[in-house]
This record gives sequence, C-alpha cells and structure tokens, in this order.
Amino acid sequence: MKLIFEKGAPGQHLTLMPECDVPEVELSCARKTAPKLPHVSETELTRHYTALAKRVHGVNDGFYPLGSCTMKYNPKINEDMAALPGFTQIHPLQPVETVQGCMEVLSTTEKLLCEITGMDAMTFQPAAGAHGEFTGLLLIKAYHTHRKDTARTKIIVPDSAHGTNPASAVMAGYTVVNIPSSDDGCVDVEALRKAVGPDTAGLMLTNPNTVGIFDKNILEITKIVHEAGGLCYYDGANLNAVMGVVRPGDMGFDVIHLNLHKTFSTPHGGGGPGAGAVGCKALLKEFLPGPVVEQCPECGLYRFAQPEHSIGRVKDFYGNFDVVVRALTYVLTLGKEGIPDAAKNAVLNANYMMKRLSEKYTMAYAGPCMHEFVMTLVDLHDTTGISAMDIAKGLLDHGIHPPTMYFPLIVHEALMIEPTETESQETMDHVCDVFLQLWDLAHTDPQALHDAPTKTPVRRLDEVGAARNPVLRYVAG
Amino acid sequence: MNFPAELKYTKDHEWLKMIDDTTGIVGITDFAQSELGDLVFINLPQEGDEVTKDESFCDVESVKAVSDVMSPVTGVVAEVNSELEDEPQMLNEDPYGAWIAKIENITEFGDLMDAADYEAMVQK
Repeated sequence: MKLIFEKGAPGQHLTLMPECDVPEVELSCARKTAPKLPHVSETELTRHYTALAKRVHGVNDGFYPLGSCTMKYNPKINEDMAALPGFTQIHPLQPVETVQGCMEVLSTTEKLLCEITGMDAMTFQPAAGAHGEFTGLLLIKAYHTHRKDTARTKIIVPDSAHGTNPASAVMAGYTVVNIPSSDDGCVDVEALRKAVGPDTAGLMLTNPNTVGIFDKNILEITKIVHEAGGLCYYDGANLNAVMGVVRPGDMGFDVIHLNLHKTFSTPHGGGGPGAGAVGCKALLKEFLPGPVVEQCPECGLYRFAQPEHSIGRVKDFYGNFDVVVRALTYVLTLGKEGIPDAAKNAVLNANYMMKRLSEKYTMAYAGPCMHEFVMTLVDLHDTTGISAMDIAKGLLDHGIHPPTMYFPLIVHEALMIEPTETESQETMDHVCDVFLQLWDLAHTDPQALHDAPTKTPVRRLDEVGAARNPVLRYVAG
Repeated sequence: MNFPAELKYTKDHEWLKMIDDTTGIVGITDFAQSELGDLVFINLPQEGDEVTKDESFCDVESVKAVSDVMSPVTGVVAEVNSELEDEPQMLNEDPYGAWIAKIENITEFGDLMDAADYEAMVQK
C-alpha cells in the first residue's frame, strides 16, 4: 500500500480557493523551499484513509481480549455528549463565568470517581496511565519532602507489575526494590516485610493483580507499608474487576490512577487521547497539580484554585477534558447499580472463558480468576514446538485480536485473556472454539501455525529485524 | 546446548571466566540466550561502575521482554564489549564468545557452579 506522500501529483488538491484579492507580501522569514506535502484530491484522500481503516482491528471489528488493557466497547452516547457544542465550542482561556458547565463536569466527575475509588480528591491533568503513575509518585515524594522525611528513596514493586511501575518510579527519582510473588501470584507478605524500612517511600500495586487474582492479604500489605512510614499507590489498570464492589481507598491505598480509557470506556489505543486521572486521600490533596476546580460555598459558582503545596502542572490546562465528559457519561449511564454489574460481568466472562479453555490449555494459576486470566503454553511449546506467539498469529486468521503475549514476565509462554463485560456468550463461545481448534492444529499440522497468519493484509512480520534495525523516519523521495 | 568446562556459572545463567585471581570476564550462557530468544538490545554497564554479586549490572532485551543480567562477582567494571551495542545478536550466535564486561578488583564471588552442576541444573 502506498503512503499518502507517494500518491497524487502536483496540481491535485482538496478545495478550490477563490483568487487572492489582496496584495501578496514577501516575508523575510519565508521558507526557501516548499514543504513536501501530499497533492491529492478529496476523493483520493478519503479513499486512502478508508483503506487504512479497513486494515486495522478495533473493538468495532471483533473480539479484542488484550489482557490488562480492558478493551471494552465504548458506548456511542459518550460521543454524542462529548460533541455537544457547550463542550467543543470553548477555549481553555475563556473566563470561568462562561464555562461553568464544563467546570461542573470536572467537579461532578471528581466526586463520582472519588466515591467509586474511596479517594478524597482527584486531578484530570495526566494524559494517560503512566503519566498518572508519575504524577502519583510525585505526590508521594512531595508528601515525604514536605515532612522533611528525605531518607525515603525506595519504591517497592512486585515482580508481576506492569513495566510502567518501575519505570515511573525511576522517572520520579526513586530506586526500585523488586519483591518476588508467592506461588499463587500474590505479594509475598514476608518478602514485603523484609523489604520495608526507613528508606521506603511507598509501594506500587494493582489489585486484582496482573495475573487476575485478588490479593486477599491486601489490608495486611498496606498496613506493613504504612507502619514503615511509606505510602501505598494503586495502579488502576485492573479496576474494571472491582469497580463499585470494593474501593482501593478502603484497601488502604493513599493514591491511585485511573485509566479512564480502560475502565470508563473512553477511546483507547493509538487514537486516544487517554486520561490517567489521579485520585488521592486528604493527606495528599495539598500537593495535587493545579489548578483544581472548587465550588464557592457562598455563591455556588465554580472556580479554579491552586493547592497549597502543589507539585505544579503536569499538563497544559485541565487535561483531555472531552475524555472526562465521556467518562462522566459512562458513569451516569450505568449508575449505582450498573457500575458494579459491569465489574461482575467482566469477572463472570473471564471465568467462563477460563473454564472452557481449561479443557485443553494450562492455566498459570488455579481459578477462579477476576477479570482476566493467564495461560501458560510451555507444555504445548515443548511437545509441538508451537509457541504462544504462533497461537496468537493463528487467531489473526480468524479475525480475532490476540490476547496479551509474554506478559506478565513471571509466566513463561504466557497468553493473558481479558474478555471484558461487553462480550456476549455467543462471541466468547466462538473464540473458545477457535482457541481449541488451534490447540488441535498445533498437534496435527504445526507448520500451518508457523505459517500463520495467511489471511491478513501483511503476513508474519519480522519483529526481530524491526527491533534491531528500526526505520523510524520516512524521508520523502 | 554447550557448557564449556573452563567456566563458572550462576543460577541466574551468567558465566564467569577468570583471567587472574581478581579479574574475570562475564557473559550470559547458551541456555540463557536460547530461553530469551533473539536479543535486540543490550544496556551495558559503564567502565568504573562498581558491581555487586547477585545484583543486576546490565540488562538485555528480546522481542518478548527485558531481563536483568546479574553479576557473579563483586568488583569494578574495567571494560565493556561495546560491539554488542550494535550487534546484540552476537549474544545469540556465540554466547561464550560475546563477553559483556571485564570485572577487576574482584573481592567477592556469588555461589558459582562448575559446568557439570550447571548442566544438571538446567536439565531439570
């Protein structure tokens, strides 16, 4: 397929501009050479993007069980609300008296998401999950620094964590202490007890954890960290399993990020933009990025305020505001009953698929699971030579997006499946049938799986070559 | 799978070849490279870095994951094999030739195995 830059010819363009009726002026700073922009007609342009769109796979195309990513369906009513002129025809610098509705959205969403998570305050500035982690860690750092408790230089992260956790901790200037998981995939409480001390700034954890298991020791875990003087950070990656059922705040967490683009059904993946809202308990509120929205107790008007010891901005203006509108729409659409129902259905769906696939596949951890589960294909690989990668490629030929592969790192030949609550039993049955067929194919005709995919626009890609010799920049010919 | 007899091995799949009493070179084993798969990047230590036995001093990256390389000894990095930066595949092609770092002033050794014990461990 040709790039847009390789299509068209000079003279082709989109709109017919009227003849210029004012004198042209030479600018001293004018470009010496014209920029190399595509010359295509509107017809060519729409065909180009339609062709691209046909080559991608999204939730609107089919099943997308990317574990840990919560690729749930995004209701179209979210788009209707976000497109309301009152939300789109505004400017971030316009006077607050003229954008009271938008400020009410921020305030209401903060209130509702704090209720769901057990937090006291929230910022919507961070643009995505890892950005939220970084912001949350800066809050922890500001807290310790403010108390002149500067010997706390270490963040504890379990070995099953998302790679972004240790990366964010290092970005925030911390040293990472990795602790091993116990055999059931949960935090090894004794290892944690040994790891904490006067140098512990905090712990980063997700619960349910990365292998889809709710850590039953969570109260003990957060207590150990608190008693050592550290704070507890909740990675909201897996909140979809428990939203409206249990609250991270009640588990003992002090600060949390939410991936609105996962749990709260806002656009996800390459298109985004995301939103990594960060919530915190009252003890961290004074450090939040500013400005924050508050309501005047006398006049009822919303206004911006700067938290007393704010860490400063982490993004321009108020974050991806229109994403917050979508998340609010989702929460209000589902309501008090719908939010926990969604979580319960996500858990039910995952257990349904886990049970059906257990017929042939080996589960990394005994069930039941929460919203996702991890299979280990070590035995299949040893007996047939078919790896998790080959099964993933085989799924592509059936129009199914592969699950997350080779993650978490503590499970070998891992496939991590998260169906989410928005899939029907028919869809999951079909996907399970395909998984079981591929298992049989691995035994009867492994070469067919080594050759997969065969029906996709591009065949198996050279991932090693792409990593070793990446071509990152297109140079126009 | 190859287990050269003149090397010492760690349980984390690194090898150590002593040059004199306090200097040695370190790399990853044949078993390690085959488990990791095609390596695409290496994050080398720097000359002068102090390394500690059983602690990470380097990391390697495959298409699947990033993995720590643990130091078999406590000492100081005297030299690194910077060729690996451009050609990480040497770690796959010739794991015992593709040394990662030369460590000098070795003051302490981790629990090291000889070739026979290491081979027995990975065959389990």
